[in-house]
Amino acid sequence: MSWVTQTLSSSIGKKLVMALSGLFLCSFLIVHMSGNLQLFKHDDGLAFNVYAVFMTTNPLIKTVSYGLYALILLHAFEGLYLAKQNRQARGNQRYVVYNGKANSSWFSRSMALLGTILLVFIVVHMSNFWFEYKFGYVPYTQYEQNLVTGEVVATPFEGEIKGKMEEFVREENQTRVVIVKDLYRSVMEGFKNPILVLFYVLSMFAVSFHLVHGFKSAFQTLGINHSKYNPLLNFLGVGVFGILIPIGFALMPLYFFFKSM
Amino acid sequence: MNLTLKVWRQKNKKTEGKIETYQVAGISPDMSFLEMFDVLNEQLIGEGKEPIAFDHDCREGICGMCSMYINGRPHGPKGGITTCQLHMRSFSDGDTIVVEPWRAKAFPVIKDLVVDRNAFDRIQAAGGFVSVNTGNAQDANSIPIAKEDADEAFAAAACIGCGACVAACQNASAMLFVSAKVSQFALLPQGQPERKMRVERMVAQMDEEGFGSCTNTGACSAECPKEISLEHIARLNREYLGAKLTSQGV
Repeated sequence: MSWVTQTLSSSIGKKLVMALSGLFLCSFLIVHMSGNLQLFKHDDGLAFNVYAVFMTTNPLIKTVSYGLYALILLHAFEGLYLAKQNRQARGNQRYVVYNGKANSSWFSRSMALLGTILLVFIVVHMSNFWFEYKFGYVPYTQYEQNLVTGEVVATPFEGEIKGKMEEFVREENQTRVVIVKDLYRSVMEGFKNPILVLFYVLSMFAVSFHLVHGFKSAFQTLGINHSKYNPLLNFLGVGVFGILIPIGFALMPLYFFFKSM
Repeated sequence: MNLTLKVWRQKNKKTEGKIETYQVAGISPDMSFLEMFDVLNEQLIGEGKEPIAFDHDCREGICGMCSMYINGRPHGPKGGITTCQLHMRSFSDGDTIVVEPWRAKAFPVIKDLVVDRNAFDRIQAAGGFVSVNTGNAQDANSIPIAKEDADEAFAAAACIGCGACVAACQNASAMLFVSAKVSQFALLPQGQPERKMRVERMVAQMDEEGFGSCTNTGACSAECPKEISLEHIARLNREYLGAKLTSQGV
């Protein structure tokens, strides 16, 4: 075994893989959040739909996204494998009385469970939108934006878009015309379903607790536990990844659900 | 004090164990937990029964032998102490107390509450030492050591190898123990010549013994009788990854 595989298959090496892949997934959440904030824009989804085309066609982003899918799978399956191995390390006989709450938080002990919920969430989430967008049927919408006033008029587009063009732009008489796959409408329709909204909101609790422990834990694994930097890591782990990001994501389904009522 | 004790009884490594219930009466609140067990064992011997096997040695909190898992926590309900330092005044009259051995694949039960902790010795033997060649000891003042480093190394060296970290950890991970042993030498000049080799070998041995891996729950440090900090685990991670990246071992 070479020193690289030997290092990565050691207990600390496996943790390193979990930490680095986990931090990459955290960085993705920031990108995902900042892009999806465009759902809140009052433009019938024009900015969001144009952004969706950019995210699915830009070669650099496409490359990174395949890396992202691979790292989600790596993080999930390495995590499940470690959880199984760690369970076996207790031995055949488990404690008759176990008082874990006396010495550790429940979510730090439930990372595998929370992670499994998140894996299920990712599968549901991707089949809801990503799969539909790429392989399913998403209707087109024609936007006419007045370049002087910024006003947007959206009308369903019934015609055929030639080739693989997902976005068709032309400018005439100070009006920008964009014909684009209307993912915004799929989001809007999808979140009329209260069960789906509930599932999304509950999953964001799982994100929160997974990251409150996971973010700081990743730095501990990288050997970064220092009184100079711990306040910043606590702020990012709890404030940003534990509270701000999950609330931001949870607001999206809630916004569309209450808007549809 | 009158107490109900539910104690794990197991004949040997191979047989299956089970919880047995005993009543003890007239326990003084000033007794240590182990003294209470002495009373119970006297009682069992008087009744012609097999006394409960449990590990104990110094009974002053420095040997690390008294490995009892009491009411779901290693060394019982108080933090920063061993079982011998736990007094019966921490319980109330009429309490039911459940006592189990450490449970880890790497710490097989030998009998009742006694577990085999040789896995720790094998980890130590893999690298937890400083090789000293013959000759006179160097004058101590010729090796300056920063006060912070000496303090930190001393805090790590306080580890008594009791195994409470493994017992408390939901993964039965030995990271806190190994991190203390690696830290105490990594921080001192005497530990430098074998620094990389030490951490590589000790972690390899730790993995081979079948301990789980660390998920940073912090249970180990919270239950450690010597209150060894999680910062040592961060140092172990740094030492290990640094050694793997730069050592001569290919």
